[in-house]
Amino acid sequence: MANKVYVETTLNGETVEFLCEPRQSLLEVLRDVLGFTGAKEGCLTGDCGACSVIIDGRVVCSCLVLGVEAQGKTIETVEGMARDGQLHPLQQKFLEHAALQCGICTPGFLVAAKALLDRNPNPTEHEVRYALAGNLCRCTGYDKIVRAVLDAAAVMRGGTHGVTGA
Amino acid sequence: MHAITYEAPKSLEHALRLLAAAGEKGRVLAGGTDLLIQMRAGVRTPERLIDAKTIPELQVLSFSPHEGLRLGAAVPCYRIVEDPVLCQHYPGLVEAAGLIGSVQIKNRCTVGGNLCNGSPAADTTPALIALGAVCYVASPRGTRTVAVEDFVVSPGRTVLQPDEVLVEFRIPAPPPHTADCYQRFIPRNEMDIAVVGVGAAVTLDGEVCTAARIGLGAVAPTPLFAREASASLVGKPLDDEAIATAAELAQKIARPITDMRGTAEYRLHLVGVLTRRVLKVAAERARAR
Amino acid sequence: MELQEHKFKVIGTRPIRHDGVDKVTGRAKYGADISLPGMLHAKVLRSPHAHARIKSIDVSAALALPGVKAVITGKDLPELPPGSQQMGELVVNPRYLSMNIMARDKVLYDGHAVAAVAATSPHIAEEALKLIKVEYEILPPVLDVRKAMQDDAPILLPELRTSGTPEKSDKPTNIASQVRFARGDLEAGFRAADVIVEREFTTSMVHQGYIEPHNAVAQYNADGHGTIWVSTQGPFSVRELCSHILQMPLGNIKVVPAEIGGGFGGKTTVYLEPLALLLAKKTGRPVKMVMSRAEVLRATGPTSGSYIRCKMGATKEGKITAAQVWMAYEAGAFPGSPVGAGCMTILAPYALENLQIDGFDVVLNKPKTCAYRAPGATNAAFAAETVIDELAEKLGIDPLEFRRRNGAKEGTAQPAGPQFRRIGYIETVEAIMNSEHYRSPLPHVPGKLVGRGVASGFWFNAGFQSTAIVSINSDGTANVVTGSPDIGGTRAACAMIAAEVLGLKAEEVNPVVTDTESIGHTDVTGGSRVTFATGYAVYEAAQDAVRQLKERAATIWKVKPEDVVYQDGVVSCVNNGHEPMTLKQLAGRLARAGGPVTGRAAVNPRGVGPGFATHVVDIAVDPETGKVDILRYTAAQDVGKAVHPSYVEGQIQGGVAQGIGWALNEEYYYDENGIMRNTGFLDYRIPTCLDLPMIETILVEVPNPGHPLGIRGVGEVPIVPPPAAIANALYRAIGVRMTELPMSPAKVAKAVLEKNKAPQ
Repeated sequence: MANKVYVETTLNGETVEFLCEPRQSLLEVLRDVLGFTGAKEGCLTGDCGACSVIIDGRVVCSCLVLGVEAQGKTIETVEGMARDGQLHPLQQKFLEHAALQCGICTPGFLVAAKALLDRNPNPTEHEVRYALAGNLCRCTGYDKIVRAVLDAAAVMRGGTHGVTGA
Repeated sequence: MHAITYEAPKSLEHALRLLAAAGEKGRVLAGGTDLLIQMRAGVRTPERLIDAKTIPELQVLSFSPHEGLRLGAAVPCYRIVEDPVLCQHYPGLVEAAGLIGSVQIKNRCTVGGNLCNGSPAADTTPALIALGAVCYVASPRGTRTVAVEDFVVSPGRTVLQPDEVLVEFRIPAPPPHTADCYQRFIPRNEMDIAVVGVGAAVTLDGEVCTAARIGLGAVAPTPLFAREASASLVGKPLDDEAIATAAELAQKIARPITDMRGTAEYRLHLVGVLTRRVLKVAAERARAR
Repeated sequence: MELQEHKFKVIGTRPIRHDGVDKVTGRAKYGADISLPGMLHAKVLRSPHAHARIKSIDVSAALALPGVKAVITGKDLPELPPGSQQMGELVVNPRYLSMNIMARDKVLYDGHAVAAVAATSPHIAEEALKLIKVEYEILPPVLDVRKAMQDDAPILLPELRTSGTPEKSDKPTNIASQVRFARGDLEAGFRAADVIVEREFTTSMVHQGYIEPHNAVAQYNADGHGTIWVSTQGPFSVRELCSHILQMPLGNIKVVPAEIGGGFGGKTTVYLEPLALLLAKKTGRPVKMVMSRAEVLRATGPTSGSYIRCKMGATKEGKITAAQVWMAYEAGAFPGSPVGAGCMTILAPYALENLQIDGFDVVLNKPKTCAYRAPGATNAAFAAETVIDELAEKLGIDPLEFRRRNGAKEGTAQPAGPQFRRIGYIETVEAIMNSEHYRSPLPHVPGKLVGRGVASGFWFNAGFQSTAIVSINSDGTANVVTGSPDIGGTRAACAMIAAEVLGLKAEEVNPVVTDTESIGHTDVTGGSRVTFATGYAVYEAAQDAVRQLKERAATIWKVKPEDVVYQDGVVSCVNNGHEPMTLKQLAGRLARAGGPVTGRAAVNPRGVGPGFATHVVDIAVDPETGKVDILRYTAAQDVGKAVHPSYVEGQIQGGVAQGIGWALNEEYYYDENGIMRNTGFLDYRIPTCLDLPMIETILVEVPNPGHPLGIRGVGEVPIVPPPAAIANALYRAIGVRMTELPMSPAKVAKAVLEKNKAPQ
């Protein structure tokens, strides 16, 4: 356990300090050092997106980031999406549209969808599918996920529901 | 993963010192989207990682009609994809950068890393070859330049010495009526490695092609500059016949393998299909300029 | 109380699932999220060879590495006697199971476990694996199912003899078993046919591809009791299998099901659980094991690749006169492919008088297969539904009309013998015939060849044992406790069933999935059985609670229980003079009227309702690259009664997506030495969001007469039709019958090129 490095970062709005080995991924640090198990490990090769987190406004696979790289960065995880006991509109719409079955990919999808809507509040279906292509779901066939994201976008724009509930 | 150390240098000079001290054990970490996977699999075993993302000299992204494009080796692909100037002048390079992995990957991966990884299937490499890009490589001994097509020497290996850093690419400004295009074939619509990738850039004078460069990916141990195929287009109108001839010449230098991404026979077939397709698109774009 | 469909108040609505908030906030605890104080991390060393004899294993250097606490090999597991045993619904061979989770004298596939190390961190455990020296004598592997059946094939299991043969043989073989279903006069049937189609099909091994890798956390106490936290479809199976493999008393093992990140049948057996428990016993500390994605693909059960010959004949009038099938399924390294299910499902949608089906279960040097959503049925339907399509085409009959003329209905004898009760196959065919999709013209796509295909599918569904407890809280809400891990919304379904019976709102019922010590035996979440069978138990338990509530009201009112009526959450008395009580009012008085009310039920329901589906797909093919795009997809399915329609639709959409992946791109890719080359999601290509359109569903509700609420299983059958539907669409697009899965771009491009080259 030699070689641990001190890292200070901002996690879901709070300053967080931790020690980690340089070989530990940010995913491992979040889960095993900080106890934030919302980001999931599905592949450890950046192919499934289950570990998605937002770093300085950009969604990334936390399995392909070293924990030490978090120094001075701002990190958002699924645990930070609900505020003051209120679900984020994406979380609410995932529930209403039944956009999850087993739920293991859900945190990654929510984080990737948030990153999309933060930049593009009015995406087309194709833009949603493109933005979420790095998140694999084996349960839903994606249909209800895409509908939930489009609906959440409509709600966040302040309009009425963008697509009919499935 | 084996135990490592990590350094975040604040300048190129600092990085070169760290790299020199690390010797054979050092390696530059850019986006990490290939390197960290290879380290976990035991394919590469560097013990000292030096982060390219914190080096300002590797983050340069500038264009002028006089100097052309300076593209820092550690510029993440999202910056290329979202840059309106690049989209205007180098649509093929933007296409290539936009095809690598998911949004998550594009937010990390870099063109420099894509090349230094040494994969014959790197998407941006054929696009850079088509554009005649030159690599600027720094070491304690000074700076040298290497043409992109000469950079990879075998799968996973490049011309870089252990103490060298790929700093940036320089790409000439496109002359009038010049355009590029990159396409690859993958079985899905996203996330796959190219079965074959082809980049092309052409310059037109009226209907006559005055310059052309074609780069090929995933059809040989290294990315290829299709010299004869490119030369065959010069002086001719870019019609179906000329394009078909160039595609056949491109197929002639391809030496593909059979693996889980495709058979040699299929790859050879795709070289023809994609060469024709990218040349047509590049020609249309050049005419429109 | 009697529930009638038109009176359903909760069933058929779409409430928010009870475990939903935990799952969208990252709070739900999956197996890999569990940590215990002092916990060690263990990793498995796996064979780099497809077939080899282990000459020696030297673990001394690994044990000497600081941080390493224990190393185990095959020698640390008890030797078990040969032979199979009935375990619940499964026939299991504990000896083979033990040999699969840790090799003994031979490794039988790339990725076969050889040793395991427990250390203070996962990185140290990994480093220790590199220090284990294994000496192998490499043996020739056999990777093709038909080659494995040949007399001169390398033999995997020297003691294996073919079962199911007419004469007993004592010859070593890779054919584990053979099975035949036959009836009628095959030759006469073919003589009566005006058209006969016969084709050969091959399909590749494919994986369930759940996003959550296998995991297990185990703890062993000095009193000989152990606990395992694990993401599994069957906590009771894990307990039973671990008890056999480790020769521990069943009652000494407690299995706590964590949330589960997908299974599709693949998490119905054990891989890590016994190893984690053994390492916990050896070290005295909790041990956590999590597989990498490569381990999941190399060493957990995919479903069989197969070779299928299918021959069918039909008259000009469109009646099928005979069908003959010969099918060999890859079992992987140990016996147990789903070839039996393949045989029983392949012709089940059709009423046939003359048929013969032969099936062979064959071992070869690939991972031991495990259940995958309608196991054995998808490969089978790919073959049969392609031949059906070709018969219809040759006869000039619409392929759906052809299916309607031959379709099975109530009273039709299945290939395996028993007659169907009320089923909705024909209704699914008609639903597609009448769909807006099927009645719309194919879209034109510039530069592409387009085609439309249809196919049908069948799956038995399962019943099996389930237990449920429904307890009434003092505020008139209820808790539902079951032992069925919730893999896709079954907590909500169980709560809705209880709510319907009790006259509560869905959100007034709290559904809980509990461990093996807190509920009676409950078989796996699999076979599309949870909403059917566990739902049945919940229904019965809720009725038991209602019966007790009526008794309590009778006590309070000093009347006979049979004079009390329970309706919509209100108890009333048939005699005047007693003010009706709401459940809430009654629940508040239970403490002084006999104590708490808890309804219980344990069931093993026999009235399983099979599932039928008919699908239509439009595709566009790039004739130069061979790439297939799915333009539009509609799936009609007999779902019995949809308890929560959103999750029923979700099951259909998910099954279709897996079927599309199977059809177009998914395959186990082995090199000539039997080493798997696509061990990650990069090259094991499951569909992404960008590869699929919206998937339209048509829920056909033909109530299952064997269930009080009409429920049928819905989860499995939607995976069955897609490969055949896409193959049939490809034929319409390119004019070539594709007979090999996956129908990857290279194969499609080659088919187009060869067709264009061939003289017209």
